[in-house]
Amino acid sequence: MSTALELARWQFALTTLYHFTFVPLTMGLAPLLAVMQSIWYRTGDERWLRLTRFFAVLFVINFAIGAATGIVQEFQFGMNWSGFSRYVGDVFGAPLAIEGIGAFMLESTFIGLWIFGRDLLGRRAHLACAYVVWFGTWLSAYFIIAANSWMQHPVGYAINARTGRAQATDIWAIFFQRLTIMAFVHVILAGLMTGGFVVLGVASWHLLRGRNLELFRRAATLAIVVVLPVSVIQLGWGSELGVAMTNVQPMKIAASEALWNSAKPAPFSLFQIGGFSASDPIPVFSIEIPGLLSFLATNSFTAEVKGINQVQTQEQTTYGPGNYVPDVRLAYWSMRVMAYMGTLSMILAIWGGILVWRKRLLQATWFHRAALAGIALPFLANFAGWILTETGRQPWIVYGLQRTAAGVSSTSSTAMVGASLAVFVGLYGVLAIVDFWLMRRYARLDPPAIDDVPHGGAPAPAPQY
Amino acid sequence: MSLQATWFVLICGLWSAYFVTEGFDFGVGMLVPVLARSEADRQAMFGAIGPVWDGNEVWLLIAGGATFAAFPQWYATMFSGFYVALLAILVLLIVRVVSFEWRTKSQHATWRGIWTWVNVSASYGAPLLWGIGLSSLLYGTPIAANQEFTGSFWSLFSVYSVLAGLAVVALFALHGAVYLGLRGGQDEVRVRAQALAFRLAVPAVLLGAAFLVATLIVGVTRNHQGVWSGLIVLALALVAAAVALVFAWLRRPALAFVATATTIVLAVVMLFVELYPRVMVSSSAFANSLTVSNAASGHYTLTVMTVATALLLPVVFVYQFWTYRVFRVRVTGEASVTPADILAPRAGRPEDPPSGGGAGSDA
Repeated sequence: MSTALELARWQFALTTLYHFTFVPLTMGLAPLLAVMQSIWYRTGDERWLRLTRFFAVLFVINFAIGAATGIVQEFQFGMNWSGFSRYVGDVFGAPLAIEGIGAFMLESTFIGLWIFGRDLLGRRAHLACAYVVWFGTWLSAYFIIAANSWMQHPVGYAINARTGRAQATDIWAIFFQRLTIMAFVHVILAGLMTGGFVVLGVASWHLLRGRNLELFRRAATLAIVVVLPVSVIQLGWGSELGVAMTNVQPMKIAASEALWNSAKPAPFSLFQIGGFSASDPIPVFSIEIPGLLSFLATNSFTAEVKGINQVQTQEQTTYGPGNYVPDVRLAYWSMRVMAYMGTLSMILAIWGGILVWRKRLLQATWFHRAALAGIALPFLANFAGWILTETGRQPWIVYGLQRTAAGVSSTSSTAMVGASLAVFVGLYGVLAIVDFWLMRRYARLDPPAIDDVPHGGAPAPAPQY
Repeated sequence: MSLQATWFVLICGLWSAYFVTEGFDFGVGMLVPVLARSEADRQAMFGAIGPVWDGNEVWLLIAGGATFAAFPQWYATMFSGFYVALLAILVLLIVRVVSFEWRTKSQHATWRGIWTWVNVSASYGAPLLWGIGLSSLLYGTPIAANQEFTGSFWSLFSVYSVLAGLAVVALFALHGAVYLGLRGGQDEVRVRAQALAFRLAVPAVLLGAAFLVATLIVGVTRNHQGVWSGLIVLALALVAAAVALVFAWLRRPALAFVATATTIVLAVVMLFVELYPRVMVSSSAFANSLTVSNAASGHYTLTVMTVATALLLPVVFVYQFWTYRVFRVRVTGEASVTPADILAPRAGRPEDPPSGGGAGSDA
């Protein structure tokens, strides 16, 4: 049984991270495409239309895989985690169902309209479709984050005395708790960074190659205009989310800092070797910034931050005997990967901002190389962020309410879950290789020419400039 | 009508929507080896469903989500119990999505052949498994008193459930043929599809009728149902199927499509009518069966979900209606199969295309 639990956890982790490769790119590219098309709509500059179509190809390839892997996410709750579904389905099912009816349907239908309706819709209606797609992708994210935030911090429910299961009592609390808003903005910013750095990286590849320079200079500039403020805001917002998380799950923050004992003020560890287990709490080597953790966790440089041992004692008092410490090494490093990738993104964005400011973007080949490599940054940060969020909550599947071990399907055997995990690893592996090849291939093409009739059956208007 | 009954009806409606919409795109996939004689034909056939299959699949996601929210115990028992079948369905749906996307990405005949084969197999496999799985809700599977499934993958197989699976495949094939007759791209494919629709209609209607009658018998014998309500739906479904047959014969694809869609809806309704108020019949002990009351969410959640759905579903209908209006023009011959093909028609062209206006300064 415990092996089936381990395998089910591995499957959920791998399929979720895989799914979340595509989701933030959809969330970030959708607004960029809407903006590109709007600029074309406003100015009549055909280059923006070519850019829109160029990046739309990457968008739809990405969306198809995101949608296909999304169904796995939903089914998985019932297949591997029926204990969880039984216990909290009354609360947790609602945001998922409303996401389907209210957001995902909207998103899918309007992507179809936007792509296939190009020649059938008027210019204005066609542009409006791009905005609806943008709205739909963000709305979809909101409901999913609301569901996840409820697992992080369950609110607005009561345990039904007869069934012994959680039941919703306050839908506003469930949908609009502070943690949801905080996490939603964090994820939206992450999406914008993902979309922005992909556009920037692809544009840089073309600039390096020295073709379609005027087109891709514009794309790169737009991407920098987006990622520069967003990456700065994200650092601050991420730390605010840390404060909010400290309030609801002090253990997650203590573990992510490998802070075994309460400290006042608490230093921030930049790097350490050792110190990741209760028997070996003192690092062999570490670099620390005094007081910074106090500031990040509480917004005050001198406040106390609770240590793992203290929270463990406290949770034992609340929830009874047990081990409430997550994998400290994983929490510590996922927090660092996320923060460092975020910082590198910001440096890259500032570098780009300076180049745009000094009108030297075209010549900056080292920047182009860095930006091409920089495509990896947001993806690594996204993965690390989810690893921290989900493993840092362990041993709970719903914090303080249900343990992960109680959430797994009692019907699943090791062989069944093992086979399922093997199937998904194999299938997703092949999918990843071919998808990467496909994206790369389309990203390297020249942007399509505009020689069709782009809208409403009317001839294309002569560009005004 | 109680909220629980309302949600039972809604979920029946969502499965109907899924089967009617994805049904024809599965059907088109099934018919590719039968109707297509050239790569151009295959292109045309896949192109006829290119813009819609993705949106059709969303109904499945919504049906699953609605079951989760409104009947968590049903969702938990069914999804954990029908594990292997659902895993197979997931794999089939994913490879099918991929086949649509990747088939045209190379000119190589072997590459295209592989993805065609993948698409066709998935188009048969997924409906077959859905038929077997959903009919097993009524036929009964081993369920313990604590609502946990105690059977195996093979518990889903009975003569009845296999008949249901085959009936679903046959009805979808007919539905797909009729759809192709309606908007199947190239004239040749359309003409062939119309001829095939009539030939398919006879076995499909017979299999469908056998499924309907069997459902009535299973409902009465294994789920303690009365005869009359089922008999009424059965009669309506048979009329719809007969009408489909007639319109297929008369080569009236639009009317035939309405008739096949109605037949599929009524077949789903038949199953749900025989099921109610159970949602999963237990073959271990009838008392262990899951019902709309012992599997449902609380009153508060059902109320919230009802309000949300009442607000959102009409909006969905409005934009879906608008979408079908926008796309009402017949999909033409050289249909592009995937969005990427439409967007990047000049893929691989090496030079900068000449562009009008001020864009000439590229490069």
